[in-house]
Amino acid sequence: MAERRAAERAALAAELRSFLPADALIEETEALRPYECDGLPAYRQMPLLAVLPHTVEQVQQVVRLCHRHGVPVVARGAATGLSGGALPLADGVLLGLARFNRILEIDPLARTARVQPGVRNLAISEAAAPHGLYYAPDPSSQIACTIGGNVAENAGGVHCLKYGLTVHNILELKLVTADGELLTIGSAALDSPGYDLLALLTGSEGMLGIVVEVLVKLLPRPQRAQVLLAAFDDVEKAADAVGEVIAAGIVPAGLEMMDGLAIRAAEEFCAPGYPRDAAAILLCEVDGTNEEVSEHARRVHDLLLAAGATEVRSARDEAERMRFWLGRKSAFPAVGRMSPDYYCMDGTVPRKRLGEVLRGIGRLSEQYQLAVANVFHAGDGNLHPLILFDANQPGELQRAEDFGAEILELSVRVGGTITGEHGVGHEKIHQMCVQFSPPELEQFRALKRAFDPHGLLNPGKAIPQPKHCSEYRALGHDVLQAPGRRDGGGGA
Amino acid sequence: MSDLTTTLQQQVAAAYRAGTPLQLVGGGSKDFYGRTPRGEPLPLAGHSGVVNYEPRELVLTARAGTTLAEIEALLRRSGQMLPFEPPHFGDAATLGGTLACGLSGPRRPYVGALRDFVLGVRLINGRGELLHFGGEVMKNVAGYDVSRLMAGALGTLGVVLEVSLKVLPRPENGLTLVQERTPEEAILVMNQWAAAPLPLTAACYDGLRLYVRLEGAPATLTAGRQRVGGDLLEEGERFWRDLREQRLAFFETGKPLWRLSVPATAPPVELAGKQLIDWGGAQRWLVSDAPAAAIREASIRVGGAATLFRGGDREGEVFQPLPAPMAALQRSLKQAFDPAGILNPGRMYREF
Ligand SMILES: Cc1cc2nc3c(=O)[nH]c(=O)nc-3n(C[C@H](O)[C@H](O)[C@H](O)COP(=O)(O)OP(=O)(O)OC[C@H]3O[C@@H](n4cnc5c(N)ncnc54)[C@H](O)[C@@H]3O)c2cc1C
Repeated sequence: MAERRAAERAALAAELRSFLPADALIEETEALRPYECDGLPAYRQMPLLAVLPHTVEQVQQVVRLCHRHGVPVVARGAATGLSGGALPLADGVLLGLARFNRILEIDPLARTARVQPGVRNLAISEAAAPHGLYYAPDPSSQIACTIGGNVAENAGGVHCLKYGLTVHNILELKLVTADGELLTIGSAALDSPGYDLLALLTGSEGMLGIVVEVLVKLLPRPQRAQVLLAAFDDVEKAADAVGEVIAAGIVPAGLEMMDGLAIRAAEEFCAPGYPRDAAAILLCEVDGTNEEVSEHARRVHDLLLAAGATEVRSARDEAERMRFWLGRKSAFPAVGRMSPDYYCMDGTVPRKRLGEVLRGIGRLSEQYQLAVANVFHAGDGNLHPLILFDANQPGELQRAEDFGAEILELSVRVGGTITGEHGVGHEKIHQMCVQFSPPELEQFRALKRAFDPHGLLNPGKAIPQPKHCSEYRALGHDVLQAPGRRDGGGGA
Repeated sequence: MSDLTTTLQQQVAAAYRAGTPLQLVGGGSKDFYGRTPRGEPLPLAGHSGVVNYEPRELVLTARAGTTLAEIEALLRRSGQMLPFEPPHFGDAATLGGTLACGLSGPRRPYVGALRDFVLGVRLINGRGELLHFGGEVMKNVAGYDVSRLMAGALGTLGVVLEVSLKVLPRPENGLTLVQERTPEEAILVMNQWAAAPLPLTAACYDGLRLYVRLEGAPATLTAGRQRVGGDLLEEGERFWRDLREQRLAFFETGKPLWRLSVPATAPPVELAGKQLIDWGGAQRWLVSDAPAAAIREASIRVGGAATLFRGGDREGEVFQPLPAPMAALQRSLKQAFDPAGILNPGRMYREF
């Protein structure tokens, strides 16, 4: 087995060397080690080999070669993904796009930036800043994650409530298809003829094509932004307050929630100045013109107090505003310091069910005897329960995974989804069998075949095979009947 | 207000078995759009009714045959709106037809297109299977985004039964400003204003006058008005409605109407006929007898594409032909949803 693998690797490497420079090919086990996992290190797999091309032409050549030999290809950006999307395959090539890190053009009048896929999310906003512009989606991982990875996951951020997800903020993609063809999807115009493949490709987890260039929209920096921090003595009260703000006709730029454990973790980590004894806080940012911000901040302040906040403060200055957000954006690593390991979930539920779902998570936490911290995009109903565990304790990883699976199924049961922004990847493949019926999954597979008839792009991720689902269902996990699901999940 | 799911599913399944082409018919208000419809009519207007509307959740779910008029009236009562400001083109316009045509109104460049607000769909594919994608939540990346793919697909990928949309609060106030400008100036300032923190929600230019809509809190409008300048247009809302519904004098013509979708900063496109610039520069309406080839070429030259929107030869291609590899991919996609080619065949392109 190992010998055959070594022989395969050597043969493929020889062919790759014919067009790749030496620094673009990685074959030795030790050099391959950093590529064995992404941001979800519970899953690890060494790839057959890794390539780090410099040019689009080289990417095409790699994909063509793999196509010819039937070798699977897994794309990888910064590997901050939290669902094992960039997890390599033992018999596959790992295609790293980190070297594509150039911002090709910024057009301040058209409000666009043309960038390579390996450009870091934050680097776009930094480059646009001199023009008074920025790129709106701001995942908490924005200092590290790449725009290619953002497109592949349809990444969101703390400001997506008002400014949308990746899908709302891109105009055009250059895509290398499964057979190595280069396609342009979308354009600098607002729409293009034919089917809307731009939306379809966003969030497709590297399974429909390799993104090699992105034209993103830039927005004008709002004149002013003001963040309010509201403290609550009860988690459910905080969750209900979220609905009150939205019901008042205000769409905040961001509306985020952290529970007690997350608050204390953030305080230990970077001292953002949160009230340590609160059961939950909401961070609500309003932005826009000067006048608008004053007016909305006043109304949000009153609404939050009326909704039962024990205290509402406004950031006194820009420095405090940045600190408030830093605490939120550092929450994952902060919680990570409190425990040997943590496992981040990503279900989305209707806003009005937030309180109930948080209560359910609390109950599960007792049942599984594992602590959980909640820090999430409350305005969008996108939960991120962080389950704390210790992988060195026998059975704990399994317990954390089972706990997570129950949270996801709870999300589906209340009319939500198993993933809001982190993707299905390798991790949530079982739960796809719960959220979708067999004909729906078959439709996904047919769609995938239209792009990738031989199943060579990131195979095995995101869309489960029928056998896989029948095994999972045999364990008692059936297609869930969410309230909104009146079709019985069946086909013709 | 009735649920025809079962009947419709049986009809599509039967058509699949028999290989009978179906022509999906909503309110018939956009029969003029796309290539000439053919196939056995499959009426959908009867499958109607708002299934769920929760103002606090900013979500509305309605059956595809529900009229836009009914939906908009309902939203208005809660101070909300369809953010993409869709054209109706007649009282009979349905939600399903609107989704299929993928058309958005003047607010589009500033707030988003129809597809940006689609959260979920329930549909029957070309095999007669009832499928549900997306849902009523704001963020959802489980599986491929099939819901948004239905926007603008002209019913060629599925019979959409139900749509869930994100809705937004209506702006508190609004005003429209008018000023005279040359075409070059108009394009430049529309883009400059869009790059500034202004409460801009529509901008168009009729060849002489530049119209700008600002919406938001009253104090914001005062500041915005100073920056933009120009005269206040009485009945501004009516102007935007007439633009959206193509009731302005510009559209009264027997000649073919073309829609050029171009980068917002594209210079004036030199073509015979008259033009009206909407979407802050990104959408150019052209009334012209010029040959299709010349119009398409001129659009491509500025990085855009041309659609024969109304009139002209509707047996030929009305949408910009796709480059060969792209056409092949889109054909495969069509086959993945409708292997027998029974759903609105030829409505979008001759071959699918
Ligand atoms: C601390 C922390 C905070 C986070 N916060 C957020 C958040 O707020 N919001 C959010 O949405 N996510 C968040 N994430 C998750 C993650 O950062 C995002 O999913 C991000 O988009 C992944 O980008 P990446 O470059 O790291 O991609 P990778 O992890 O390398 O890859 C992710 C997926 O994209 C595919 N892919 C990568 N590049 C390409 C390409 N060029 N073409 C085709 N497919 C490609 C891969 O195959 C894989 O399936 C967070 C992660 C961490 C660790």
